[in-house]
Amino acid sequence: MKKIKKIKIKINGKLSTINENLSLSNFLKQLKIPLKKVAIELNKEIIDKNNIGKIKLKKNDMVEIVHFIGGG
Amino acid sequence: MTKDKITIANKKFNSRLIVGTGKYKSMSDCAKAIKLSGAEIVTVAVRRVNISDKKKPLLMDYIDPKKITYLPNTAGCFTSEEALRTLRLAREIGGWKLVKLEVLGDKKNLFPDMIETLKSTEVLTKEGFKVMVYCNDDPLMAKKLENVGACAIMPLAAPIGSGLGIQNTTNIKIIRSQTKLPVIIDAGLGQASDATIAMELGCDGVLVNTAIAKAKKPFLMSLAFRDAVISGRQSFLAGRIEKSTYGSASSPKTGII
Repeated sequence: MKKIKKIKIKINGKLSTINENLSLSNFLKQLKIPLKKVAIELNKEIIDKNNIGKIKLKKNDMVEIVHFIGGG
Repeated sequence: MTKDKITIANKKFNSRLIVGTGKYKSMSDCAKAIKLSGAEIVTVAVRRVNISDKKKPLLMDYIDPKKITYLPNTAGCFTSEEALRTLRLAREIGGWKLVKLEVLGDKKNLFPDMIETLKSTEVLTKEGFKVMVYCNDDPLMAKKLENVGACAIMPLAAPIGSGLGIQNTTNIKIIRSQTKLPVIIDAGLGQASDATIAMELGCDGVLVNTAIAKAKKPFLMSLAFRDAVISGRQSFLAGRIEKSTYGSASSPKTGII
């Protein structure tokens, strides 16, 4: 059986090890992120949430997931 | 008073009180205070999702954005770049175009950096945002913001969270008189009467966070602000009497026994 290669990415500033070729969509599913309540940035570019299935995560990618919290 | 609505970016609101959702002890306290205040617009911040603790309650679970208008705010941003990034992300969360821009210039007094603020207002307006702008109580800058497309002018009363109340009533009156845009006092109010004063000056609304959230009894203060804004607005519309140096008896002089 072919061994799945692991890569390191940064998610909200923290290092995370994931399987190579994992789609952004599946990654967010693993994290149980409610897509309707967040916005996503990949390498400082805002991602259209409708396209996340097509995006494969690469080594050293930086993912930011933000939502609304209490504030003045 | 039912017809006296405030219009912001072509949308009408009954309440002239906007409240912040920060600094509360809990999300449920925040939600209750908002309900009591009667506010229809609340400011919210954009921050990273907590990946490690997904059980943390979400604001949207407590305050329904379908019922209450979320006003994404750039609180904590010190450059135009940061503010633009924040609001573009906010829009992406769910199509929010009405936003509050706040670009701070000093970590201690939290005064806005008006040069960065002006720059950001122009960019955001061109991108289709409706920008409510936190600014200094400076009539010239307020005019410039209007010229680049701001949809509401939000001068500070005093430094954010200071509770000092309106420091420069003259400037606020000038800002009010020179624009057709809504003028909403943002930041620095300490108690309900400060909101009344703002409304009596002719302002169209007030934005309050700390004064409610950090009051000893936030729910009671929430009600107080609700009533203070209504009262101040009614007082403004009713038109005050002229001030006089001397007394003027209230009872007729005829028929005195």
